[in-house]
Amino acid sequence: MAKRVAIVGTGQTFHKSHRPDVNGQELINEAVVKALADANLKMKDIDAIVIGNMDHFEGINYVDCWSVDGSGGTMKPIIKLTTGGTTGCTVAIGGYHLVGSGMFDKVLVIGWEKNSESDTTGAITTAFDPVWDRQVFAGAISGLAAEAQAYIARYGATDRDGARVSVRDRKHAMNNPYAQLRKEVTLEEVLASPMLADPIHLLDVCPRSDGACAVIMASEDTAEKICPKPDWIWATAARHTYSYLGDADFGRLTSMKEGSQELWKKAGIKEPRKEVDVIELYQPYSFGGLIWIEDMGIVGPGEAPRYIWDGNTDMGGELPINPSGGVIATNPIGATGLIRCAEAAMQVMGKAEGRQVPDVNFAFSSGFGGCFWTDMILHGKKKPK
Amino acid sequence: MAEKEHIIIESGDAIQPFAYTVGMYGSKFFAELRDNGRIMAVRCPKCKKVYIPPRKVCGECFVEMNDWVEVGPKGVIGTFTILRFAFIDPETGAQKPVPYGYGFIKFDGADTLFQHYISVEDEKKIKIGARVEPVFSKNPTGSMRDIEYFKVID
Ligand SMILES: [Zn+2]
Repeated sequence: MAKRVAIVGTGQTFHKSHRPDVNGQELINEAVVKALADANLKMKDIDAIVIGNMDHFEGINYVDCWSVDGSGGTMKPIIKLTTGGTTGCTVAIGGYHLVGSGMFDKVLVIGWEKNSESDTTGAITTAFDPVWDRQVFAGAISGLAAEAQAYIARYGATDRDGARVSVRDRKHAMNNPYAQLRKEVTLEEVLASPMLADPIHLLDVCPRSDGACAVIMASEDTAEKICPKPDWIWATAARHTYSYLGDADFGRLTSMKEGSQELWKKAGIKEPRKEVDVIELYQPYSFGGLIWIEDMGIVGPGEAPRYIWDGNTDMGGELPINPSGGVIATNPIGATGLIRCAEAAMQVMGKAEGRQVPDVNFAFSSGFGGCFWTDMILHGKKKPK
Repeated sequence: MAEKEHIIIESGDAIQPFAYTVGMYGSKFFAELRDNGRIMAVRCPKCKKVYIPPRKVCGECFVEMNDWVEVGPKGVIGTFTILRFAFIDPETGAQKPVPYGYGFIKFDGADTLFQHYISVEDEKKIKIGARVEPVFSKNPTGSMRDIEYFKVID
C-alpha cells in the first residue's frame, strides 16, 4: 500500500514582525490560498490536513479546531502536530506519512505562528521541566550560547566564524521577497552588535515573526498530473535525544548526526557534500551553521569555518545554504521548519525565482528545537526507486 | 490616538494551581540536598552512565535504574554562557539581574550536566573545565535553589 510522495504546491505569507491586520486563522488562510493556487487545486481536492504551531506562544490551544474557516479544515480530517521548534518539519513528515500510507491521496500541511502575540521567552520556558530546569533557565538563547561555547572550546572557532554565517544568510535574504529582515550586514556590524549571551551577538540570532506556510503533498498516483515537475520526498528522519537540558552533548548536535546518517542511508547518498545541491537549514543562530553541517557530514569536525570562509555555502558556491536567508531573516516558529521544506521544494521544482540554485537534484531541509531536537527531509528531482 | 490596550491575563493575589510531583527519585535528591548537602545521582546498570538529575529510566538502554551514587559536590564547568540581556523570569515575575553566569556543571563522578548559575565575580576565571563548587543556601527548602550558585575555586 505504501506510496511514493511528492510536494506539488507551496505557499507562504510575506513574513513580518507584526501582522495586526490579520488574526491567526486569516494568516493561515493566506498561505493555504497561495499553496492551492500554486498546485492549481481547490479545497475540495484535499483529503486531509495536518496543522501545527507552538500553542503556548499565542496562549490559544487547539488550532486544529478554531482555524478551520481559514485552514479549509471544515468537515475534513484534520490533526495537529506540535513538537516545539521542529513543528514545521514535523507537520511535513506527518503529511508524508499520511500520503505514503496510501490512505489519503492529497494532504495539505500547514505551519504558522504569530510570535508578536506574546512573550517568547515566557512561552518557551513552559516547554522545560518546572522543577529541574525552569528555576534557573535563561531563555532560548542561553542554551544555544552554551552550545557555541562548547564548540569554540573544542575546535578553536571564533565569534568571527559565527558572524560570517550571519553575513551570508542576511545577504541571501536580499533575494527573498518573503523574508522579514532584508538588510545586508558586514562582519564588523555583527561583531559590534550588542552581546546577548557570550559568544552570541544580537545580529547572530533570528528575529520573532508572524507568518504561515502551507505545502500540498500528493501520492505518486496523482502527483505528476497535478505538477509536471514535483518535488519528490526521498526520506525523512527525526531524533529527540534527552529529557533535561544538561543531558545534551553540548558542542555536537547528536540528533542531527544520527538523523542525517539515517537520511543518507535511506537515499543511498555516500558523499552528501557532493550529492546534495542546496540546504535549507533550521538555523536560528549563526554558530549552528558551523556546528550542524559538521554533524550532517558535509565536512569533518572543526572544518566548517574554513569551508564557509571559502564561500562554499554562498550562492554560487559548491553547496549553497539558506538561499532564502534562512531563520536568521525570518522566524515564525511553528511555520519555520515548513518554510525550510517549502523553500527546498521550490528549489527542486525550479520555482525559487531570484534565489534559485541551478540544477538542483537533491535538497535538504530541517527543523530544530531548543531542546536540541532535529527533524529533516531529503527532497529530490527524480522519482525515488 | 488612544493608548494601546492589551488583554492582560493575571491572577491577582491568587497563585497558579500547578502542583508538580518529582517522584521518588526527585524526592530523594531534594531531601539529601536539603538535609545533608549531598548531591545524589543514579547509575544505569547497563551502560553505567551516571545521571543527574536522577531518574527512574535510562532512556538509551530503557532499563530501570536503582544504583544510587553520591557525586560532587565539586565539579567542573562543562559549558556556560554569560547572559547580558535582561528579561523577565516567568517563574518569579522578576527581572533577571545581568550579567549573570549560566552554566552546565559536570559534578565529579557524574556523566550528565547540571544546569545552574555561576558567579561572575571574576569573568576571566569562567572557562570550560574550570573547577567549581556549589554555594549552598543557608535556609534549604528542598529545591534547586538550595544551591544558590556555583563559584570557581581555582
Ligand atoms: Zn543506560
